[in-house]
Amino acid sequence: MKYMDEYRDKRLVDQLVERIRSLSRTPVQLMEVCGGHTMSIQKFGIPSLLPETVRLVSGPGCPVCVTGRQFIDKAIAFARLNDVIITTFGDLIRVPGSTSSLEKEKAGGADIRIVYSVLDALQIALDHKDKQVIFLGIGFETTSPGSAAGIKKAAELCIPNFFLYSAHKVMPPAMRALIHEGIAISGFIAPGHVSTITGIAMYEEFPETFGVGCVVSGFEPVDLLQAVLMLVEQVESRRPKVEIQYKRAVRPEGNPKALQLLREVFEPQDDWWRGLGVLPGSGLKLKKAFQHFDAENEFAIDVEETREEKGCICGEVLKGLKQPGDCKLFGKACTPSDPAGACMVSNEGTCHAWYRYHRHG
Amino acid sequence: MPGTGIIAMDKKILLGHGSGGKLSQTLIRELFFKWFTNPVLNTQTDSAVLSAEAPHLAFTTDAFVVDPIFFPGGNIGKLSVAGTINDLAVSGATPAYLTASFIIEEGFPFTELEKIVSSMAQEAKEAGVQIVAGDTKIVNRGKCDKLFITTSGVGWIGEPFLSVSTGKNVQPGDRIIINGPVGDHGMAVLAARELTHFSTDIRSDCACLNHIIQRVKVTCPEVRFMRDATRGGLATVLTELAENRPFGVEVDESAIPVSEATRGLCELLGFDPLYVANEGKFIAVVPLSESDSVLSAMKDHPLGVQSAVIGQIVEHHAGHVWMNTSIGGKRMLDMLAGEQLPRIC
Repeated sequence: MKYMDEYRDKRLVDQLVERIRSLSRTPVQLMEVCGGHTMSIQKFGIPSLLPETVRLVSGPGCPVCVTGRQFIDKAIAFARLNDVIITTFGDLIRVPGSTSSLEKEKAGGADIRIVYSVLDALQIALDHKDKQVIFLGIGFETTSPGSAAGIKKAAELCIPNFFLYSAHKVMPPAMRALIHEGIAISGFIAPGHVSTITGIAMYEEFPETFGVGCVVSGFEPVDLLQAVLMLVEQVESRRPKVEIQYKRAVRPEGNPKALQLLREVFEPQDDWWRGLGVLPGSGLKLKKAFQHFDAENEFAIDVEETREEKGCICGEVLKGLKQPGDCKLFGKACTPSDPAGACMVSNEGTCHAWYRYHRHG
Repeated sequence: MPGTGIIAMDKKILLGHGSGGKLSQTLIRELFFKWFTNPVLNTQTDSAVLSAEAPHLAFTTDAFVVDPIFFPGGNIGKLSVAGTINDLAVSGATPAYLTASFIIEEGFPFTELEKIVSSMAQEAKEAGVQIVAGDTKIVNRGKCDKLFITTSGVGWIGEPFLSVSTGKNVQPGDRIIINGPVGDHGMAVLAARELTHFSTDIRSDCACLNHIIQRVKVTCPEVRFMRDATRGGLATVLTELAENRPFGVEVDESAIPVSEATRGLCELLGFDPLYVANEGKFIAVVPLSESDSVLSAMKDHPLGVQSAVIGQIVEHHAGHVWMNTSIGGKRMLDMLAGEQLPRIC
């Protein structure tokens, strides 16, 4: 496949691995904070190529995984209302709430539909004017501009039956929190798609304040290994900085149009992250001018008391403190077909990726 | 057009077509007998009476509910014939007879039903299999989605091939061969159902495999194991092969054929083609000494032009499947849990 095979070229991979091996002296722990990276790293078997001095750990990069059960419980409460259609990306369907899941509610008769874009949800609202259509917005800056565009469109077209329930988040507060918690991170493999939107200015504080470098990486093996090499070079030369490996997609200034859209529609709010707790300014809520699209404002719901799974160590896994194999539920009481914790549900969750690619490694 | 011909009946299937009365008779005569005609079926007895051609019988059944019922490369009818024939063939049997049951939603267009029935007849004919019994039920509108078909099939199985379906004789050193690129069926159906605004030339690989499998059996009577890679894809078949066995399976990612279009769509949607359904692909496990001759016999058949040796049976990591990734890394292949879902970030 053109523009893909070049980045999976075995010869290039071998060269990069050789350079990492010859350069790496200081043991490093590099954290990726994007679920897409987690998947790629496991899918291509990248850890099996790296020297002992380079350890890759997964951070809170999977939006489904870091989102609290209360979000699912509330979504379920919305789904139980009469004349409501829930529209959602597929990943959320099987995430366990305190006592139910969207999948179970759907089987019980709730109208829950999987969509591939917020525009599909808007269309459903247009096609079902007698129903209230709630879109579950989840994800970082890769999906939040889509939600913002959906809201703008709904406002333009005066669609009165479209609503957003937002769990949108931004990454830097979580990266900061990990460092404040004293987690040993020698460098961040910074998210590729998020950075196409945000640009790289938001990462500058990490080398400047904490001495931790950030390299924005693409998703192919050559991308990831080059990003690892760049971080190893930074550590060995003691010059942490922000760099872009994924230059074919990411510009330093990001996507100004998408950023403008985000600023227009959303404002920061404090938000809860699995494993990290409430982080100031880490979530996105609709601005006042768009509050009539906010499902939380517009519907009165009866939400059950949130109960987190006992024994699940998703929180520690998301901080890179523990690996999935350390969890006593992993592979037994928690599997992709019957997940106990959110990290096992999403394709991009660390536990799911481990289960699929690494379980017996 | 007066009379009892169904063409005159508004070209829609009515509840009355399943009543057992006159309308049913018309439907059976003018549609099913017309297309499926053969001496056994034509006797119109309550059961098809068959003569056994071998002491061992392979017997299977499958229900088909694919949505949409027409998709690039096939339709629910072709699929229902090929699916059951393939289940028989990969078990080492020579498929002989099928039965077909139809559950039809009231109001279903007759012309579409005829297209489906005719393609079943065509597929069965090419496979050399007769459809010898059937049933039709019509349900109220909304009580089923257009059309569901269940087919059952029997085939005769010779002594040397009795252990092909269990893979009892598989042993380290054996080679694993597949008859072509994986993932086309699942992506073709997905594209037809979900991506109507998206243009792709992916076609389902839906096909009867009994003739190409016959070549494998003739070339290599010691074939150790065969299975078609349907739901769950190639990865699932490989994990089934290794599960609870005293050997491991090792495959090379770069040897597994995947068409450019399917690879591209999978990349775009976040699917892994190894887990995407096929309807015309099977793996054969054969002794190393026979792998070249089986490979070339398969390549000589139109349904095996892109056949490839994709891996081998190994002594280590018993019970598990490991894949050498295209970049030289290693990772485990496991059974699909839940559905494959597209990425959200």
